[in-house]
Amino acid sequence: MALFGSASAGAIGYIYYQTNVLLARQLEQTIEAEIRGLAEQYNAGGISNLTKAVSNRSLTPGNSLYLVTDKDGRRITGNLASISKDLWNTVGRVEFAYKRPSQKGVESRLALASIFRLPGGFRLIVGRDIEDRRIFERIVRRAFFIGLGFMALVGLGGGWLVSRGLLARIDAVTATSRTIMEGDLSERVPLNGSGDELDRLSRNLNAMLDRIEQLMEGMREVSDNIAHDLKTPLTRLRNRAEAALRERGNAKSYQDALEQTIQEADGLIKTFNALLSIARLEAGTAGNAMNEIDANVLVQDFVELYEPTAEEKKMTLTAKVANGVHFTGDRQLIGQALANLIDNAIKYGGTGKGGEVEVTAADTGRAVELIVADSGQGIPEEDRDRVLKRFVRLEESRSRPGSGLGLSLVAAVARLYGGSVRVEDNEPGLRMVLSLPHKSNHNGDTRTR
Amino acid sequence: MTLEAQIPTDLTVQDMSTSGLNSEPMRVLIIEDDSETAAFLTKALKEAGHVPDHAADGEAGLALAESQVHDVLIVDRMLPKLDGLSVISQLREKGVQTPALILSALGEVDDRVKGLRAGGDDYLTKPYSFSELLARIEALARRSAPEEAVTKYKVDDLELDRLTHKVVRSGQPILLQPREFRLLEYLMKHAGQVVTRTMLLEHVWDYHFDPQTNVIDVHISRLRAKIDKEFDKPLLHTVRGVGYSIRADGA
Repeated sequence: MALFGSASAGAIGYIYYQTNVLLARQLEQTIEAEIRGLAEQYNAGGISNLTKAVSNRSLTPGNSLYLVTDKDGRRITGNLASISKDLWNTVGRVEFAYKRPSQKGVESRLALASIFRLPGGFRLIVGRDIEDRRIFERIVRRAFFIGLGFMALVGLGGGWLVSRGLLARIDAVTATSRTIMEGDLSERVPLNGSGDELDRLSRNLNAMLDRIEQLMEGMREVSDNIAHDLKTPLTRLRNRAEAALRERGNAKSYQDALEQTIQEADGLIKTFNALLSIARLEAGTAGNAMNEIDANVLVQDFVELYEPTAEEKKMTLTAKVANGVHFTGDRQLIGQALANLIDNAIKYGGTGKGGEVEVTAADTGRAVELIVADSGQGIPEEDRDRVLKRFVRLEESRSRPGSGLGLSLVAAVARLYGGSVRVEDNEPGLRMVLSLPHKSNHNGDTRTR
Repeated sequence: MTLEAQIPTDLTVQDMSTSGLNSEPMRVLIIEDDSETAAFLTKALKEAGHVPDHAADGEAGLALAESQVHDVLIVDRMLPKLDGLSVISQLREKGVQTPALILSALGEVDDRVKGLRAGGDDYLTKPYSFSELLARIEALARRSAPEEAVTKYKVDDLELDRLTHKVVRSGQPILLQPREFRLLEYLMKHAGQVVTRTMLLEHVWDYHFDPQTNVIDVHISRLRAKIDKEFDKPLLHTVRGVGYSIRADGA
């Protein structure tokens, strides 16, 4: 603000000063020219020529002033009436006031003149009226100060208004962040819908808060579930060890107890590893390997791996692949995701008297879809979103082995590649679709790395 | 969860602690900074009939591995002074080709790839079971013997020809699916040793994750049905809590 003010004051001041200099120089030059002309007249024909020339010039209206006097100060010719005594005795450049008739009678005006003494006591006064210039100067000066004042007013006022609006909005952001820091994550920064920089910033902050809230929600859920799903086997493990100690059994019973303990611990380690993998996938620190994957090979690999398991449950596991479905990704991760889907279908997709599981790979153009469809009883529509969450095991499956993490790992893998997992109705049965977008098509997605 | 993995009861079940006794004693260098882990490994390896050495940091480990001959190295990834991967890559630069197993708390595929690229031969994620570790180092020590020249494996009356892909037991040809062949080939390559389920998934299927259910066991029982069922003496044994082993001296 101050910078702007002083810059414009400087600019106006400079113009004012330059104008003054220019006008002064013009005035000087005019007077010089007059004098030069009159000097020529005097040199050519003495005082009589001079008076004649002065008389002539005095007749032309203008701002030039002339006076020729004799040695007693009496006026001989010229358009000035008289001059004061003080002035009379000075020689050279003088500034003085003189009177001139006007519409309103007589007015006093300012003049600048040179006074010369000529031989024989004559005096010559050549000058110019500078009253107009003085008025002009006064107007410019006044304009300068008024302009400066106006500018300062507008600048300060405008600046205050603008910054008050801006600060109010920033204050709103500060207030929101304070509420959030105090623990209320549901608060959001208000938007004014203008789409300006601040609005865009607020929108991004809100999106960030949404993501944080979602993560916090996930964390809370995990810790609740860890408490439940890990505490149970840990308690079982501890009780078993305690019971073995208390019962004072033989070597065989001790050994059995120890083996069961190790098994329980292995199960716990598996659960922890699965949790860790999911956490790493969600943090985006895993799965950097970029393998060219032939969906055909991948699907056949896993169908072949699980086929005997399916047969044991009297289920059929078949692969249905179109040729030439290729994509890039971490073969191990995507393989594990597919394995989990198949594993799930075999575990829960049967009806007890057998069943069918079909694994399909298809290219939709935008994404490669790995589809595992079973002919079991499916999942009721209201539970479908829930199955992808950590540790969620639908009621009837609680009694069967499994950590409840298999499908959430699939969901985490899908998210890592900017894709999705769809839980659909196979009529009858469940149809799980792991959709992985082709590389070039998910560049704009902020969730992908 | 793994209870259902212990399948047949009619076959010989071998106690896990004896698994090491079937192979020659190995000189094992443990490079591990955690003294408790090192003490546990030293004790367990001795019990399995091997001869362990211990170095507590990367520099000491490098010096020991260079100056003395070992059959296998167990290298922790995070070590004071010189990290595990550097120890291995420096050894490899100096021409020391002792097989090395990397122990790490980092278990993702990327870390594994980095470990193997540095010159490690196998990778095991903490926490691990000792039987898994033992099975792996025994397999590694065996691997250091030249194997490419071997075209036929023979265990008792079971023969596998790697070139013609033919399997014969007691003179009777046995027809195997390609994957069953590779499964048997891997087991026979490590005849007398224990191989774990994850080792099988890694080497036969080339997938490096923990299978959630007993997929491997079902493949084994299919293989077993083909190679053991019609014969008096079972060769493919389940080693409870650890994995499988193919050997003649079953009972």
